[in-house]
Amino acid sequence: AAEPGSRPSAPRSFAQPWRPPTRRDPSRAAVAPALRYEPVTERGAEREAAVAEECEEEAVCAIMCASVKYNIRGPALIPRMKIKHRIYYITLFSVVLLGLIATGVFQFWPHSIESSSDWSVEKRSVRDVPVVRLPADSPIPERGDLSCRMHTCFDVYRCGFNPKNKIKVFIYSLKKYVDDSGVPVSNTISREYNELLTAISDSDYYTDDITRACLFVPSIDVLNQNTLRIKETAQALAQLSRWDRGTNHLLFNMLPGGPPDYNTALDVPRDRALLAGGGFSTWTYRQGYDVSIPVYSPLSAEVDLPEKGPGPRRYFLLSSQMALHPEYREELGALQAKHGESVLVLDKCTNLSEDVLSVRKRCHEHQVFDYPQVLQEATFCVVLRGARLGQAVLSDVLRAGCVPVVIADSYILPFSEVLDWKRASVVVPEEKMADVYSILQSIPQRQIEEMQRQARWFWEAYFQSIKAIALATLQIINDRIYPYAAISYEEWNDPPTVKWGSVSNPLFLPLIPPQSQGFTAIVLTYDRVESLFRVITEVSKVPSLSKLLVVWNNQNKSPPEESLWPKIRVPLKVVRTAENKLSNRFFPYDEIETEAVLAIDDDIIMLTSDELQFGYEVWREFPDRLVGYPGRLHLWDHEMSKWKYESEWTNEVSMVLTGAAFYHKYFNYLYTYKMPGDIKNWVDAHMNCEDIAMNFLVANVTDCHLVKVTPRKKFKCPECTAIDGLSLDQTHMVERSECINKFASVFGTMPLKVVEHRADPVLYKDDFPEKLKSFPNIGSL
Amino acid sequence: MQAKKRYFILLSAGSCLALLFYFGGLQFRASRSRREEHSGRNGLHHPSPDHFWPRFPDALRPFVPWDQLENEDSIVHISPRQKRDANSSIYKGKKCRMESCFDFTLCKKNGFKVYVYPQQKGEKIAESYQNILAAIEGSRFYTSDPSQACLFVLSLDTLDRDQLSPQYVHNLRSKVQSLHLWNNGRNHLIFNLYSGTWPDYTEDVGFDIGQAMLAKASISTENFRPNFDVSIPLFSKDHPRTGGERGFLKFNTIPPLRKYMLVFKGKRYLTGIGSDTRNALYHVHNGEDVLLLTTCKHGKDWQKHKDSRCDRDNTEYEKYDYREMLHNATFCLVPRGRRLGSFRFLEALQAACVPVMLSNGWELPFSEVINWNQAAVIGDERLLLQIPSTIRSIHQDKILALRQQTQFLWEAYFSSVEKIVLTTLEVMSSRFLPYDNIVTDAVLSLDEDTVLSTTEVDFAFTVWQSFPERIVGYPARSHFWDNSKERWGYTSKWTNDYSMVLTGAAIYHKYYHYLYTHYLPASLKNMVDQLANCEDILMNFLVSAVTKLPPIKVTQKKQYKETMMGQTSRASRWADPDHFAQRQSCMNTFASWFGYMPLIHSQMRLDPVLFKDQVSILRKKYRDIERL
Repeated sequence: AAEPGSRPSAPRSFAQPWRPPTRRDPSRAAVAPALRYEPVTERGAEREAAVAEECEEEAVCAIMCASVKYNIRGPALIPRMKIKHRIYYITLFSVVLLGLIATGVFQFWPHSIESSSDWSVEKRSVRDVPVVRLPADSPIPERGDLSCRMHTCFDVYRCGFNPKNKIKVFIYSLKKYVDDSGVPVSNTISREYNELLTAISDSDYYTDDITRACLFVPSIDVLNQNTLRIKETAQALAQLSRWDRGTNHLLFNMLPGGPPDYNTALDVPRDRALLAGGGFSTWTYRQGYDVSIPVYSPLSAEVDLPEKGPGPRRYFLLSSQMALHPEYREELGALQAKHGESVLVLDKCTNLSEDVLSVRKRCHEHQVFDYPQVLQEATFCVVLRGARLGQAVLSDVLRAGCVPVVIADSYILPFSEVLDWKRASVVVPEEKMADVYSILQSIPQRQIEEMQRQARWFWEAYFQSIKAIALATLQIINDRIYPYAAISYEEWNDPPTVKWGSVSNPLFLPLIPPQSQGFTAIVLTYDRVESLFRVITEVSKVPSLSKLLVVWNNQNKSPPEESLWPKIRVPLKVVRTAENKLSNRFFPYDEIETEAVLAIDDDIIMLTSDELQFGYEVWREFPDRLVGYPGRLHLWDHEMSKWKYESEWTNEVSMVLTGAAFYHKYFNYLYTYKMPGDIKNWVDAHMNCEDIAMNFLVANVTDCHLVKVTPRKKFKCPECTAIDGLSLDQTHMVERSECINKFASVFGTMPLKVVEHRADPVLYKDDFPEKLKSFPNIGSL
Repeated sequence: MQAKKRYFILLSAGSCLALLFYFGGLQFRASRSRREEHSGRNGLHHPSPDHFWPRFPDALRPFVPWDQLENEDSIVHISPRQKRDANSSIYKGKKCRMESCFDFTLCKKNGFKVYVYPQQKGEKIAESYQNILAAIEGSRFYTSDPSQACLFVLSLDTLDRDQLSPQYVHNLRSKVQSLHLWNNGRNHLIFNLYSGTWPDYTEDVGFDIGQAMLAKASISTENFRPNFDVSIPLFSKDHPRTGGERGFLKFNTIPPLRKYMLVFKGKRYLTGIGSDTRNALYHVHNGEDVLLLTTCKHGKDWQKHKDSRCDRDNTEYEKYDYREMLHNATFCLVPRGRRLGSFRFLEALQAACVPVMLSNGWELPFSEVINWNQAAVIGDERLLLQIPSTIRSIHQDKILALRQQTQFLWEAYFSSVEKIVLTTLEVMSSRFLPYDNIVTDAVLSLDEDTVLSTTEVDFAFTVWQSFPERIVGYPARSHFWDNSKERWGYTSKWTNDYSMVLTGAAIYHKYYHYLYTHYLPASLKNMVDQLANCEDILMNFLVSAVTKLPPIKVTQKKQYKETMMGQTSRASRWADPDHFAQRQSCMNTFASWFGYMPLIHSQMRLDPVLFKDQVSILRKKYRDIERL
């Protein structure tokens, strides 16, 4: 007798012998020399010679053996043969040897060739770029069209359907533009824009083929409008080879507008071009067309500011911006006066010595603070609008893990199309600035800590470098063009630690499947026909059974003739398998037409039909879980520092054996096609633990615990003790423990969840007439 | 001698070969990269020497000099306050935003309260609009006092603004202007389903809405004022007022593919606005798993415009039953009609048929809060011919998720007029109170005379930790449909199933406490307060309506109060027969407010793993529970 419900009767060790790796060894040996000789190319001839010598001796040995062999035939032939063979062997051997050397050469040289050619490219300077003269009357594009949307101004045909769902981006080569009189239109390119274009050209989006491109990025730097001559820059844009009214062109701008009114979008006429802008207001932002990007803070690269863990911070509210309108400063001053120490308002330092960089210092009265380090001392940091809506300080604040309090009406926060700023910031209307302190105080500590973490994560993922900004922008545009392949909210917003920990249950919708559908019972069997027939007869009594599937796992023996099978009221099908594998039990057979599957071993004869029907009813309430009868537990063994399998009667359960369990057919798909690592093969090879693997899989994918139903502990024969022979068998327990450890390492976590409850019928053990109970025949062990 | 020779031959041959491979390999590589370069371009374009962005060794200047950031901002002299005032005077009409067209001060005192103008005599209001008004009046946002209100809703029917429609209300312009609270539409919300008429179907509602907000169906992204307007779905006049049908998905089929891949059945307009896409559908129709059926029959004079395909299309159209198609399709095409939105959208959503949107420029319903990429495939009318390959490339796991999401959205936001209206108001109110704090903890709800032991509470708590979304408790009750009286019945008898767990001894999530106080309307709460009864029934209704699952009863225990044991002499409200009748009528009132019966029966209870097993009591963790 085997352990209840854990394994079918098939003699595992005989059917599929474990193949030791020795069979593969010859081939490995053949590969080994090649690996050994690879470094040859680097060191040169010395090594080659040494290697040759070594091998040559082996060759001699081989020749000796050959000659011995020939010796037996006749002495007369020997001398001639010897010379002939020697030459033959030497040439043969040198060819083999050199072939190996050549392979090494071939492996290594080309890389160095490539990198050296790169070197020659890097020598080019911005001063050497071709000059383009713009005539004064060259065309100017129209001003940006505010009604532009992806479906009106964007040419989607350029992007097309492609299996990778990735847009292709082309970058125009760098030119220097001068006007009629030879005066340059702008600085050729800034450090940041160069970085940005480099990032794009290094990414998967990049294409050097202008005809295949979906998006065009001009190399004309418009990051900062201050440095631009507006009309001439527009003319330079208009003469780009594929400009075509700016269709599918993407411009990056971080500082828009100029004195005195500071427009919130780039003033350069750009027609239909998309704008990735920092500092959009709700009136200039074309939702779903433009992309709102952050203003890059140059301090991101210059200062090292490690993440600060959670914990109390010295100031509750901090303002660190230098150039603030007096009106704001007045209101901040009032806040400070009211709340004292917990509010800190910093300003520019007036009396700093020359050699100190003023951007790295902030002052409050005579106190000098290091910036941006001081931001880490505050829980909330004010980000006020200046002349422009977008402020570089936002980036510094996020980086310091300080929750930004954004006070800038109508400002479109960076990447707001995909980022959920409610999780990382507090947006307060300018009118309510006076109440900001009380608004912030109503936020509970736990939420603040979460926001701080989230703020830091936003910075790391989308603010910290020009590259991060550029790639996020392209990803957003990509998501619009291929919405069905778009990145999900969670992927954009959840920090990695949350992402790893969170599981989205694939069967997340709470549905209670109709009872009428019933379930399909799958019996895995090898050759215990008598016991099998008993199980079939028992199971067929369950009212909700809709089909019975026997998986015949014995290739050496045919299943009994049709006439011998028990006659039952539901269809009975026999599936013959090609190989005696345990995973056959979990194959998603087309014959399974119901959602619910009852996996049952061919020796589980003691389950009553009431128990099975009740199990099915419970499964309907938990269709995304394993609902089973034999319960087991995993425990952490402190001495051995590893997991241990437990089959004693315990107060807790963390697995149900699939010797008798209900589960959703979906998990058959998962088991067959999505089982991580080599677990499936491992189970088939060891002929054990398929049930543990299933428990791991279901728990891991749904993040739910199982449901154990009914008190039953004995499953196989009335006369055996509840815990029968095999469970007590030490080797079996060791093997099962090994399984748990193996699976936990493959999954990288221990997904199993421990529960302390089981499901019983509502009136179980109640003093109530048995015949009035729905499931009277439950309760024996 | 021979050995020397041998070495020499070996070495020279080796070096020769090495050289050969060195140069050969080099040439091979070079030619290959050149070939790649050529294959990447076609003849028209001359390759530029730098096909990657070159790495410039120059020390480039940063895009913003340090002093610019410091000094520039302080030059501005226009005060922020002036700027705000300027904004609110510039940005009107199509440029309205909350900042410029909404008066927040009205909402400061009483929060987000909605006032509905009293209905005037002789004013005809279509049923749909009556349903909307009734939903507002039944909601927690409603106030009957205009001085407390933050938002105003007209009692004039603005739903159908198609001049050719019989529902069209005339002279709306003057009627609206004569309202004394109108104030040029400030803080007003206008519901609209149809706007414009043949031939151009503009999105103008036919009267000056001033600064009012729109809750409008078929709104386009160009006209949609973000964070100001709300896009609502187009619903028919038969859409139920409350409750609403459940989604069609009863169970998840595996594999998730149904008989048809993509279906559509609807009118084809032949000419005019919005006709292009539907006219082109036949290109994609394949008569097997992609069924896109159109009919030319609509209007009186369709024969006049009829084209060569019409007869063929019409016969194909008659062959299939729409309901049958809906139930058996994985994806449902939702192309635009004359207007951007169509009825097909809600139909597909309910049928768990993943909508494939073909309506360029439609601001999808409640896009402010719903991420439609999780429940629909958003196609592009211009790429109609790619739709089949696009949806076939969607992985089955994704289909499974999309389908479940359609059902979730349908049941949460769309299945009744009330849900649509409440969602609209919810979206708006979330603009004011973004910092609602819901602390996530368990609530142990115990009446003061409860006799639960600590072990029992402990066990209930561990169970609740496994099912935090449900009510977990001891005393269970059940409901049933009383056929003779045609109403819901309430029973406390011992039955084989239960659907409620009394909150006199139960654990549930604090979130439901929050919902109880904030989501339920005042009318129900007042009723409960007056009767001093039924609050536990209401809580069970609420939780089951949210989870669509039954509560959980733990262990055998059925009584939880001394008074319930029956023998005590103290007169208890539990012994009162009126008490029982009250609970029965409560249940019927609640069911009518929810529009359906949310309670669900369960046949199981949860016991400790070794409960009443024949093992030593010492091995059991929850020993006290065994004693009754």
